[in-house]
Amino acid sequence: MIQISPHAEAALTCTLDERSLYLRRLVLGSVRSAGRGHVGPALSLIEMVRVLYDDVLRIDPKNPRDPNRDRAILSKGHGCLALYALLADRGFFPLSELEGFCGPDSILGGHPEYGMVPGVEASTGALGHGLSIGVGLALAARMRERDYRTFVLLGDGEINEGSVWEAAMGAAKHGLDNLIALIDYNKLQSYGPTDYVLPLEPLADKWRSFGFAVQEVNGHDVDALRRVLKQVPAVAGKPTAIICHTVKGKGLPAAESNADWHHKNKLTDSELDAIRVAVGDF
Amino acid sequence: MRNTAMNMVHKLATRDERVLYIGSDPGAGTLRAMSKEFPKRHLIEGISEAHIIGMSAGLAMEGFVPYVNTIATFLTRRCYEQVAVDLCLHNLPVRLIANGGGLVYAPLGPTHQAIEDIAIMRALPNMTVICPCDADEAARMMEQTLDWKGPVYIRLGKGGDAIVSKAEHGFEIGKAILMRPPGDVLMVTTGIMLQRALAAADLLAAQGIRSGILHMHTVKPLDTEALLQAIRGIRLVATLEEHVPSGGLGSAVAETLIDKLGSNLPAMLRLSLPDRFMHNYGSQDSLLKKHGLSANAIATSIEHALAASRTSSPQLHST
Repeated sequence: MIQISPHAEAALTCTLDERSLYLRRLVLGSVRSAGRGHVGPALSLIEMVRVLYDDVLRIDPKNPRDPNRDRAILSKGHGCLALYALLADRGFFPLSELEGFCGPDSILGGHPEYGMVPGVEASTGALGHGLSIGVGLALAARMRERDYRTFVLLGDGEINEGSVWEAAMGAAKHGLDNLIALIDYNKLQSYGPTDYVLPLEPLADKWRSFGFAVQEVNGHDVDALRRVLKQVPAVAGKPTAIICHTVKGKGLPAAESNADWHHKNKLTDSELDAIRVAVGDF
Repeated sequence: MRNTAMNMVHKLATRDERVLYIGSDPGAGTLRAMSKEFPKRHLIEGISEAHIIGMSAGLAMEGFVPYVNTIATFLTRRCYEQVAVDLCLHNLPVRLIANGGGLVYAPLGPTHQAIEDIAIMRALPNMTVICPCDADEAARMMEQTLDWKGPVYIRLGKGGDAIVSKAEHGFEIGKAILMRPPGDVLMVTTGIMLQRALAAADLLAAQGIRSGILHMHTVKPLDTEALLQAIRGIRLVATLEEHVPSGGLGSAVAETLIDKLGSNLPAMLRLSLPDRFMHNYGSQDSLLKKHGLSANAIATSIEHALAASRTSSPQLHST
């Protein structure tokens, strides 16, 4: 019998503050404009991205290629609306770009592209690539004697991919304690529950057995995320895996833990009304 | 050729600190001297090709020039999405050194025979595809890879292939080498088919048929200018490759001729492996012979094709 993590239970009930609601309005505004977008995967990710970009990453939006910046890769590229909201809000590009999401002349596609979007370190969308690239970035930091850190955000469905576990072995082999994997563990992938599609449990034990120092946290609790993320590496000489227990579609009752909201096309008037009730006018 | 290419990685590493060797699980002692001299730049990362390509992309993003090395099939089939997305989409300077291009691993069967690697690699935007013909050319080629922009796929032969390349021809990525001036026929070769073309040309000469040879060591980007120059006045273009008929050198030459010449095309003969997996073992040489790629068989095929073209195709006077 698999025990439900207290962090997962806390994720279901925890409330969102005004900044988290604001970021959701940005995400859902993009979906409304484009008439499409991965809603659930972005809403589960927002606090993880928010804490990274607000409180943890050493970055300068005016100098996005600063060699000393911390690197962050959104390996679950389909969660890009959350990343775009943060990058725009932090000034990497104008907020007005969000309205053009997926448009013919937009820099913001349905998956993030390096060279198109300031602040995006790698083109992702095909799953299972980001952690290996992160291993390369982290190993380069070690070889160049630089102190930047590399953060890789992974989806729980994404870690079905064998390449993720190849990368995990590689990270552990090199003792890359400058590499931090954050897993958005919302327990729901495109088709349905991760337990049904390809069971991941015992997930923390898996990462531990692959040589990572593991932390678990309520992925919507910004204070808890800050505490965990400010104490990396969790163990010197080991890469860190932070399992962030989240709720797919968090903050939008109709979308929460609902696989039908993995990707949405045109939002109906009643859905737009429900969004306004949940996150405020947008 | 393989040892030469490997030793060149060490040599390049000696003079450029960006150079890394990344092997999956190569033979014991591969680049031992480099591993002693530059232990941090000699990386053995396990039988995890998908990961290795992604990791190499990350290292290249930070300014390194990784030379990734394993058997050709594993470097192309296993990790194709990583090669496409991590390397080609990002246009990163990672060099893929593919051991055992074509039928080098004939005795090991179809899992180890890289018969479609040129096709799938050249289909990728930003990828450069090079097939050197011998060890000397491999050495000259490796020099050129250091500062080449974007990813490179290097298809290596067996080793011990007869040295036929010449230092005076030099080597420039994307620039074909005219080994023999065109006559009635132009053979276009890549990799170790050059040796067979040279032998076939001698056989044809004994029959009074003058045949030129254009060595297309770089299949992508194809040297269009050299090809168009070399086909002037010929009756037949014959492409020779250790590869399936789809998507390799023959396809690249045919595409180029169609695009550039429209309807004014020379007769063309594409000599290749058949469109099927090999279910015979033996040796590279025996399999090539079995599929019509011995010098004798090449010469005979060309003779027949030339005879057929005399009745059906006009000689090309201009391009």
